[in-house]
Amino acid sequence: MSTQKNMNLTLQVWRQKSKRDAGGFKTYQAKNISPDQSFLEMLDVVNEDLIAKGEEPIAFDHDCREGICGMCSLFINGAPHGGFPGTTTCQLHMRHFKDGDEITIEPWRAKPFPVLKDLIVDRTSFDRLVQAGGYISVNTGGAPDANAVPIPKKDADLAMDAASCIGCGACVAACPNASAMLFVSAKISQLRHLPQGEAERKKRALNMLNRADQEGFGSCRNHFECEAACPKDIPRRVMAEAYRDYIEASALREE
Amino acid sequence: MSGAIDITASDLKLESKAPTGPLAEKWSKHKFDLKLVNPANKRRYRVIVVGSGLAGASAASSLGELGYHVDCFCFQDSPRRAHSIAAQGGINAAKNYQNDGDSIFRLFYDTIKGGDFRAREANVHRLAECSVDIIDHCTALGVPFAREYGGQLANRSFGGAQVSRTFYARGQTGQQLLLGAYSSLSRMIELGRVKMHSRAEMLDLVLVDGHAKGIVTRDLVSGEIKAWAADAVVLATGGYGNVFYLSTNAQGCNVTATYRAYKRGAAFANPCFTQIHPTCIPVHGDQQSKLTLMSESLRNDGRIWVPKAKSDTRGAAQIPEAERDYYLERKYPSFGNLVPRDIASRAAKQVCDEGRGVGPGGLGVYLDFAKAISEKGKRDIEGKYGNLFDMYAKITAEDPYATPMRIYPAVHYTMGGLWVDYNLMSNVPGLFVLGEANFSDHGANRLGASALMQGLSDGYFVIPYTVGGYLAGEKPGKAGVDHAAFGEVVSTVKSRSHKLLSIQGNKSPRQFHRALGQIMWERCGMARNAAGLEKAVTDIRALRAEFWENVKVLGDGSAVNTSLEMAGRVADFLEFGEIMCVDAWHRQESCGGHFREEFQTEEGEARRDDDGFAYVAAWMHRGDGKVPSLAKEPLSFENVKLSQRSYK
Repeated sequence: MSTQKNMNLTLQVWRQKSKRDAGGFKTYQAKNISPDQSFLEMLDVVNEDLIAKGEEPIAFDHDCREGICGMCSLFINGAPHGGFPGTTTCQLHMRHFKDGDEITIEPWRAKPFPVLKDLIVDRTSFDRLVQAGGYISVNTGGAPDANAVPIPKKDADLAMDAASCIGCGACVAACPNASAMLFVSAKISQLRHLPQGEAERKKRALNMLNRADQEGFGSCRNHFECEAACPKDIPRRVMAEAYRDYIEASALREE
Repeated sequence: MSGAIDITASDLKLESKAPTGPLAEKWSKHKFDLKLVNPANKRRYRVIVVGSGLAGASAASSLGELGYHVDCFCFQDSPRRAHSIAAQGGINAAKNYQNDGDSIFRLFYDTIKGGDFRAREANVHRLAECSVDIIDHCTALGVPFAREYGGQLANRSFGGAQVSRTFYARGQTGQQLLLGAYSSLSRMIELGRVKMHSRAEMLDLVLVDGHAKGIVTRDLVSGEIKAWAADAVVLATGGYGNVFYLSTNAQGCNVTATYRAYKRGAAFANPCFTQIHPTCIPVHGDQQSKLTLMSESLRNDGRIWVPKAKSDTRGAAQIPEAERDYYLERKYPSFGNLVPRDIASRAAKQVCDEGRGVGPGGLGVYLDFAKAISEKGKRDIEGKYGNLFDMYAKITAEDPYATPMRIYPAVHYTMGGLWVDYNLMSNVPGLFVLGEANFSDHGANRLGASALMQGLSDGYFVIPYTVGGYLAGEKPGKAGVDHAAFGEVVSTVKSRSHKLLSIQGNKSPRQFHRALGQIMWERCGMARNAAGLEKAVTDIRALRAEFWENVKVLGDGSAVNTSLEMAGRVADFLEFGEIMCVDAWHRQESCGGHFREEFQTEEGEARRDDDGFAYVAAWMHRGDGKVPSLAKEPLSFENVKLSQRSYK
C-alpha cells in the first residue's frame, strides 16, 4: 500500500467521434485519485464523473487489467503505456504521478491502426500478419508424443522469451516509421527456435514480412524504440533472426 | 419443495447420453457409434462458434480443419485477447512422465473427488483421457512448455495433487496455450475455412423448430444488429464470475450469451457453484475494478499464516515465530499449504472472521517465503516465481522478497454453466456449450490447472466428433436469416437496446454492477445461509427494478458505445444473480465451493448430503420475474466410492 495522499490531476484526452471525424484534445479533471489505483481505474473515475454530468464517457480498450491480454493501449505523456519499463497501461499505478500533474493521453498513432473512437484503435492488421504464417501447419490429431523430440532448455527458453509478446502494438506506436518488425519477428523467433517450426521457417519469414508491407507498416530503420517501449521486454535480437530467415528465403528463392 | 422461495419441478427430462459399458471404453465406443458427416458434405454445413478462448479457438480451428464452414465471434478486438490468456499456473495431463504413479484413472479420480462428487463420471474420465493428447498437440503447435536440461518436458505439482502432472510455460501457460489455438485459428482464417468476426457481441440465440440455428449480434464498432444463420451453434463464452463485480475475470467477461440461451430454453446447471481462489492480492480501495490472482503455484514454497492473537497490529517481521499460526499446516498436516482451493479460501475467511486477518480492514493473510528463501536461496525462488513477485511488487509497492505477501480469496472461476449431455450439447438441439460456459467436468470445485485442460479437450478433441453426430442427422442450410424467427429476435434485441438508451436516469451501469456485486459477495460468496440468500433475492429484485427505471446510458446505438455494452451485460447479471441465489438456497448441503453455514461438521468442514443432493440442478426459465423451475439429473457413481473429502 502506498503512503502517498490522494491527488488531483489535469488530463488532456484525445476525443474523436468515429473513424471519419477529426479529433481533438479535451481537458478533464481527475479528482481524489488514490495512488493505489491503476491508470485505467483513474479513467473509470473520470468516466463516472462525465456520465454524471451527461457527457459521453471516454472510450478506451481494456480487458484483463493484469497486463497479459494486450488489449489496453494509450500513449501517455508521449510514450506507449506511459513508458515505464515492463509495464502495460492497466498495470501502471497512479503512485507514479504526483498531485497537480498534467497528463496527456492519446491513442496509438499509426496508419495501420486507424482510430475507431477516442482512444480505441483498430489493430486487426496485427491479426492479418499472424494469418500470413505465424503458425505451424499441423491439424488436430496425430501429433507424436510430446517428449519424442527433446528440445534443449536453452532453445525452449529463447522461444518462450519471444512468445511472451502480447500483441498490444506499443512497438508500432513507438516507431517513427510505424514498423511492425518487433511484433512479426517475435513470432518468427519463437517458432524458429523449436524443431517443430523448422519446416516452414523461411516461408514464414517471407510471408509475414511481405504482409507487413502490404498492411502499410513502415520499414525498420534500427531505431530500437520498439524494444524500449515493449511492455514484455521482447529483445531486439528477434529482428536479426527474422531478417536472417527472410534473406535466406528471398535470396535463395527457395520459397 | 416449499419455503420462502417457491420452486416448482420442471417436466424436462435430462438425458446425459453417457454411453454404457466400462468407464475406460466409453469414449472410444461413443466415437465409433457417432454418425459421421461425409467429407464432401462437410463444407455444406455452417457452424457458429461464439468465443475465441481456449475452447472457442480450438473448436473453431478444429472444425475448420475438418472442412466445415465456421463463423467465429468475439467481443474483443482480436481473438487472441480472450480471458483464457490470463491463466498462469499450468495444465494437467496424465502423462506420468515423472514415473510418480499418475494415470488417466488417477487424474479422473482426483478430479471427481476434488469436485466433491458433483460431476458426471463419464465426462470426467474422457477429460482425463484427452489430457494426454492435448500436450502432444500443443507441443506440435509450437507451445514453448518449460523443459528440463535434458530437453524433456518439465512438470510441477499443483493445487491439491500428490503427483507432478502440471505442464507449464513460466507463469504464462494460459497465454501460450491460447496463442497456440489462436495460431491454428489464424491458419484457418487464412485458408478461408473460418470467418472471424471480432468486436461482435452475441446478444441472442435464434431457434427454428426448437433447434439452435443462429445468433444475433451487435457490431461493437458500427452498432449494427445483425442475424447469422448456421446449422449448429457452439457457445464457448466463458464464466460468469463478474456477477460479483470484483473478480479475477477480465472486465468484459459476462453471462449474456449463456443467459440469453437460457432464456430461449437451455437449462442452466449448478449456477451457485463458484470458485473463490485463495491467492489473490487483497482489495485496496473502493475504486478498484478487478482483483489480481497470484498463481497458486506460490503455495508450493510459500507458507500461509496469521498472528495467533486477534487484532495484532505489529508488522509481520515483529511477530515472533511462536506467535504465528500456520493454520493450514496445523489443520491439514498431510496437505498443508497445498489443500484444494475451496478449503484454503474458507480457512482464510475463518481466520479473518476471527479478527486475525492482516492488512487494511483485516482482510488478508500472509503468504511467507522467508523459509523457502533461506533454505533454497533467493535465486531459486526468483527463477520459479520471479514474474509473480514482480507483479505483486508493481501492484502493492511492497517487496515480497523482504516482507511476506498479503493475500485474500477472490472470485475466480464458475463451475456452473449451461447443462450439456455427454456430447456437450444442451437440452436445445444444435446448441453446444464448451469450456467454462458449460457445467460438465468440475462438479462443485475445480482443481488447479484443470480449466485449460477442459477448454482444450472440449474444443480440440470432443466437439469435432460430437458436432458431426448432430449434423449427420440435419439437412444443411435448413433456415436462412430470411426465416421469420430471425427477424423476430432481431427486433427484440433492437428494442432492448433502444430501451436501455431511452431510460436516461441518474445512475451509471457501473454503479448498479457494483451494488449487485456487494449483494452477491456478502450473501452468495464464501459462506451462505438460507436467510441471507432470501434477503439477496429480495435485494436483487429491487435493484433490478431500479435499474430499468434509473440507469443512465449516454450516446447512441449506432457507434462505439462502451456504456451501452456494459449496461446490457449488467442487465443480464441482475437477472442471473437471482438464479444463483435460488440455486444456492435450494442446495441444502455444503459441497466444494458451495458452503452453507447450516451444513457443517463440528470442525467447521463442509457437510455433504449425498442422499439428498447427489444431482445436477438444472434451472429452466419460466418467464420474467418468475422463479425458475428445477430439473434434476441424478449422478451415479459406479467407479468411485463416495467419501468425505479429507485433506488432513
